[in-house]
Amino acid sequence: MIEGQPFFRIDWVIDNLDVLSRRVGEHLLVTVIAVVVGFVISFALALLVRRYPRVYGPILAISGILYAIPSIALFVLFIPITGLSLLTAEIALVSYTLVILVRNIVTGLRGVPAEVIEAATGMGYTDGQRLWRVELPIALPIIVAGLRIATVTTIGLVTIATLIGMGGLGYLIVNIGVQRRFPTATITGVVVVVLLSTLVDLALLALQRRLTPWAKAREA
Amino acid sequence: MEFFGEVLAWYGDPANWTGNDSIPVRLWEHLSLSVASLLAGLAIALPIGLYIGHTGRGARLAVAVSNIGRAVPSLGWLGIAYPISTGLFHRGGIGFLPAFIGLVALAIPPVVTNTYTGLREVDADLRETARGMGMREFQVLTQVEVPVALTVILAGIRVSAVAVVATAPLAALVGGGTLGSYILEGLALSDEVRVFAAAVLVALLAILTELGFAWLQRRAVSPGLARPKDQPFAEPAQAAGPGALAS
Repeated sequence: MIEGQPFFRIDWVIDNLDVLSRRVGEHLLVTVIAVVVGFVISFALALLVRRYPRVYGPILAISGILYAIPSIALFVLFIPITGLSLLTAEIALVSYTLVILVRNIVTGLRGVPAEVIEAATGMGYTDGQRLWRVELPIALPIIVAGLRIATVTTIGLVTIATLIGMGGLGYLIVNIGVQRRFPTATITGVVVVVLLSTLVDLALLALQRRLTPWAKAREA
Repeated sequence: MEFFGEVLAWYGDPANWTGNDSIPVRLWEHLSLSVASLLAGLAIALPIGLYIGHTGRGARLAVAVSNIGRAVPSLGWLGIAYPISTGLFHRGGIGFLPAFIGLVALAIPPVVTNTYTGLREVDADLRETARGMGMREFQVLTQVEVPVALTVILAGIRVSAVAVVATAPLAALVGGGTLGSYILEGLALSDEVRVFAAAVLVALLAILTELGFAWLQRRAVSPGLARPKDQPFAEPAQAAGPGALAS
């Protein structure tokens, strides 16, 4: 911190609201791409597990190893192949969502009571109909719970992507706050990240309640 | 293939094995910072978690701590620790100290959450039985609650340890050295070989930490409490809520 400089300058925040909103936009865009792509892949993998339960162990093991790789390492490991690009950042971010999403989608589908499945089959549902009309609606709260964790985790990880030039709120925290010794930017960045996570989390929770009006809130 | 040759050459380069910027020095910075931060984090988090879990008092605090822990990104802890540390100690507050403060803050929430949750999940009858046998409160805690909750507590420590080792590279941003300084230098110089070589070391270190603590977790748990091997992996009750990865 530069000598004599106040710890937090609210006037800087007010003067830079346009910069701030641009960084929030960048941050959200990178997050949304990662979560959507991660969800599509995880959903496919979960369907694979539904059909061939044996592949679950290996899928969990591989996604678990990916999850254990530190974000700073995973963000830079693909630079030799994909350069300093959005793709490099997304490869890392998508990898991290897999273990969370696959586990919750599979757990959700497996939590459907056997009687319900039997009843659906007995009523003449085909496998696909049963999946879409019976199993997925019942599994939805757990799937959305996974989506919430994955999204909040991703919002946090995107801050680190500033190191490979992705901007976002990490730019405020690191490039302005730490490297130019301007704590106001760091604090603003962290507070906005926390606010963003909270808002997105609540929005997904609200969405889940809209989609499953029959389910009482059972998330923690 | 040529690239991997260069990476191997980087590991073998004698220049990377002597001096202030050598692999042993950076590795030592990385490990000492991680161990110090984890120990300090445990010294703060374990008593809090044990107290809240045993007495049930201050459960709201535990929830608040774990929520904050989830919401603030790892980079955020270091970013905030930096001005605090330099503000308090001026030039002396650059380097080890801000990194240490940030990593301690990062290490606390998972341990508090899991210790608290682990103790809360101990069967109430078990606790009553222990009291009925004449155990003092402290004995109930150390001889019944902690052993039964040990897997969950150790899982929290494991999450913290891996998070600390994985985040320590960011200490390079605040002058704390570690293997992360190769990554930052490499990025600044567009030296992909150095970035990649260091990233591999960081990844190995984190995976070794994960495996080491997983092994410890299996070893430390009383055989009577170990779950049978054929039990399904998924636990809906845990997977449904935040913190599903903590176990």
